[in-house]
Amino acid sequence: MPPGKPLTTGQIEAQLDDYLEVEFSFLKTVAPAAVLATLKRQEQDYIIDWVKRVASTNIQLAYQFINQAVTALDQLDRRTIEAWALYAMDIYDQRGLHPALAIIQNVERFVKESHERAFGSVLEEEIGILLHFAHGLSGRKLKIESAETAYTDSETVFLPPVTTLLANRNDNFLCYKAMVACLWAQSRFGTFRIPLNEILGQQQHPEKFLPLFHAFESVRLEAGIKRELPGLFRDMVHIKQQLAIAEDDSWLELTRALRSPGATVSDALSMTHQHIMQLVAPSPAVYHGILRPELIEICLRARLEKEKAALRSALIQMADDMQSDVTESDRQSLKFKAKRTEDPAEPDGYRMSITLDDQPLPLPPDIESLLTSIQQDLGDIPDDYLVPAGPGDYDPDYIKEQEADPDEVWQGTYHEDGAFLYKEWDYQRQHYRKNWCAVREKTVGPVYDDFVSKTLSRYSGLIKHLRKTFEAMRDEDKLLKRQVNGDGIDIDALIEALADARDGSEMSDRLFTHMHRAERNIAVIFMVDMSGSTKGWINDAERESLILLSETMESLGDRYAIYGFSGMARKRCEIFKIKSFDENYDNEVKARISGIQPQDYTRMGFAIRHLSHKLNEVAATTRILITISDGKPDDYDNYRGQYGIEDTRRALMEARRDSIHPYCITIDTEAKDYLTYMYGDAGYTVVDEVRKLPLKVSDIYRRLTT
Amino acid sequence: MGTRALKTEEYFIETEPYYESVGDEIAIFEAAYKQKLPILLKGPTGCGKTRFMEYMAWRLKKSIITVSCHDDLTASDLVGRFLIKGGETTWVDGPLARAVRTGAICYLDEIVEARKDTMVVIHPLADDRRVLPIEKLGEIVQARDGFCLAISYNPGYQSVLKDLKQSTRQRFIALQFNYPNSELETGIIIKETGVTPELAAKLVKFAVMTRNLKGSGLEEGASTRLLVHAAKLIGEGVTPVLACHTAIAQALTDDHEMLAAINELSSSLF
Ligand SMILES: Nc1ncnc2c1ncn2[C@@H]1O[C@H](COP(=O)(O)OP(=O)(O)OP(=O)(O)O)[C@@H](O)[C@H]1O
Ligand SMILES: [Mg+2]
Repeated sequence: MPPGKPLTTGQIEAQLDDYLEVEFSFLKTVAPAAVLATLKRQEQDYIIDWVKRVASTNIQLAYQFINQAVTALDQLDRRTIEAWALYAMDIYDQRGLHPALAIIQNVERFVKESHERAFGSVLEEEIGILLHFAHGLSGRKLKIESAETAYTDSETVFLPPVTTLLANRNDNFLCYKAMVACLWAQSRFGTFRIPLNEILGQQQHPEKFLPLFHAFESVRLEAGIKRELPGLFRDMVHIKQQLAIAEDDSWLELTRALRSPGATVSDALSMTHQHIMQLVAPSPAVYHGILRPELIEICLRARLEKEKAALRSALIQMADDMQSDVTESDRQSLKFKAKRTEDPAEPDGYRMSITLDDQPLPLPPDIESLLTSIQQDLGDIPDDYLVPAGPGDYDPDYIKEQEADPDEVWQGTYHEDGAFLYKEWDYQRQHYRKNWCAVREKTVGPVYDDFVSKTLSRYSGLIKHLRKTFEAMRDEDKLLKRQVNGDGIDIDALIEALADARDGSEMSDRLFTHMHRAERNIAVIFMVDMSGSTKGWINDAERESLILLSETMESLGDRYAIYGFSGMARKRCEIFKIKSFDENYDNEVKARISGIQPQDYTRMGFAIRHLSHKLNEVAATTRILITISDGKPDDYDNYRGQYGIEDTRRALMEARRDSIHPYCITIDTEAKDYLTYMYGDAGYTVVDEVRKLPLKVSDIYRRLTT
Repeated sequence: MGTRALKTEEYFIETEPYYESVGDEIAIFEAAYKQKLPILLKGPTGCGKTRFMEYMAWRLKKSIITVSCHDDLTASDLVGRFLIKGGETTWVDGPLARAVRTGAICYLDEIVEARKDTMVVIHPLADDRRVLPIEKLGEIVQARDGFCLAISYNPGYQSVLKDLKQSTRQRFIALQFNYPNSELETGIIIKETGVTPELAAKLVKFAVMTRNLKGSGLEEGASTRLLVHAAKLIGEGVTPVLACHTAIAQALTDDHEMLAAINELSSSLF
């Protein structure tokens, strides 16, 4: 379609008034409309379309957007305008109106920053690589997080969000890499083996002491890196050259001893004491970061205690695994010893292992890591670490990595630890909202009542019947006849062929039978609506359906899992485990089905995304996601109506792109229109009576998979 | 399609294969062999299981038949089948039947990959009956003295579905294989490829880095086999970083971030 005539100021104003809801917002749109009126039609349409999209997120934001856009128009190309608007909307999602307005109002800064992003290195983009890199290096597995400057607390490496000091992206990335290595080297080469925080407290001039110590220690660490990672050391030299950092000869001479393989942190410490009055520390290279002794102390203290507990408890476990009937007093008398084995690859020159009665003890990988971590802190495994824990010495919860309790996030201050974050499609913005839904997984509390047995007896006839039909679908082996190749001989074909040969006509070579084994390699997740609207007989019907389904699935042998879903606005999206793929259909699972209770609303997109993710982790040729629901997607924020339908549709598209087959079984008899839109013509079944649901679900599954 | 090509190799090993013993596996294998017990080799890929079998075959002066199992491998592929030649049907023994009749070592590599029906023919061979039922001939063949059944199995990465059943695993003497320690592994690389000790040691160091990543993004770390490959490329003049990338990193993963990270590790090391 050729672009029409440019719109007049009046026409534009009318459109803007509509999108900006001027009736209620009392915004003035004449001025920007007048500017827009001078543009070509195509450009007008383009800007107005973006105003509309931004307005779907927030009207104030859109109003500022239009005002800024018309003035900045000639400096900005379309790509930048889009990036700018989307970025502002993302910030709105994450941090609210004011920070977003700041983005819109300061377009120059956005342009400058996107320029920085173009040649700088951005932590968010590189964190995946850096984390793998850190894990590949030996020793304790470090975490990476973002912070103002680079430092470590001995368990987490903190890095600045962007690095722009060097001229190009590649070098800036190298700089990140060097930071990770230097901070890793502190753990690796034993910087934390002296009580630095305490020592610092005793100094008359702590402000002089810390930088000088850091400078000496950095020399020692860099030398260690040079020995272990010579390639990386070359990169560090390269960075120094780029930044024109030169080390003067007297400093090099002074620190010579710190570069030898035998130098320890104590050497760096005594040099600090020796020179503190007459030397000013040279400024550190960017990638050395800073030292935070107070944080290290806190972290170290907690770890020492925890790891001691973990090791002592692990010893018990290992003793029990070795011989089955050890009594308590036997346990206490077991002689665990730490042994040093020479290993020139280790900075200490040895690595630790454990013996029991002088026999080497094979250690599981997690205990190996534990030993490494203890050795990094202490250089040894002290004797009191090797006394098996007595009963009740430690609370088992103390030793385990704490898994966040999904309900606890709502007590005290809200946090998103342990939540899975998923995007959501905003159809008006025509873009995803990033990390929009915080999804938490819970397990349905089992209820041991008579629901299961009642259901089983009520439907006993049907179950028998379904089982039979399902059994017939099991891996059916078919004997294929007249094959060129096969395991057996097709006698009929052979006789015919021999007769043909005798007649003088050509003899067929299709003389074999072949056993064709059709292996069903299917994994399916049943995604059950647990929203409040299912209360009452729908919930009963769902639970009955699940019992029947599980009973029959057991005879089929397909891998299946069952999860419930419900939500209350985007921060409280919940997935309820009823049966995972790994679990058997046992009494606990049955009791969970019985325990399914209606919860809140029907936000669907996150559930589809989360369960698709689970399906993708299963090795199967066919993956199916079946939703059992009672109505439209709905939630009490803006998920109602078109928004929810569009997001659900989008989530289903994503699932299909991952070769998952989505299907929906619903009891909403009004569902035809929106289900066709979301699942396609053949992607759903409407069960018109709730009481038929249990009869139907298994049957539908059978049809789907034959 | 012609007759189905079977992935089997049967041969008598005349010169001593190079095998670096890592523990007491040789003595245990010999003891089990004497007692006619079947053997299960467990361990990650590329850690020397196949090489060990070749070595043992040489040491015991037995011929060895190796079958690499795949998910299409059926019992008939192991036991044998009828073929038709010039209007006559003739029976052709499969590799397992040949080994049973001639008293050779039969090594079934990655047994869990095979179809389930293959287990049925293995079970009677792996207990004290030591017989191979050949259903289609109506025969039961008693294994000849000297026959030895060995299977391999990597517990690391197969899906739960492909787990070895208790009834199978409890018939075998199990030998656990693992990557050799740094010193031995360095020695193996030098012997296999002739690279310098420094380079071999660095490659081993690199392997350890990738093994650190097992469980945090990698299914498996680099095996000895991959190190040998990389060393061979380097011997041909390929730079170490590139050799590590093509021979090791690319073999371990397709994930872009992981590939990039492994590259960063090797470029840090060399
Ligand atoms: N102990 C060893 N002695 C000599 N060479 C070894 C040893 N371990 C590994 N190798 C080297 O590693 C290569 C791979 O070993 P091999 O083929 O035996 O692995 P595998 O365990 O059978 O692996 P897969 O499970 O993948 O079949 C050998 O070709 C050899 O070069
Ligand atoms: Mg092999």
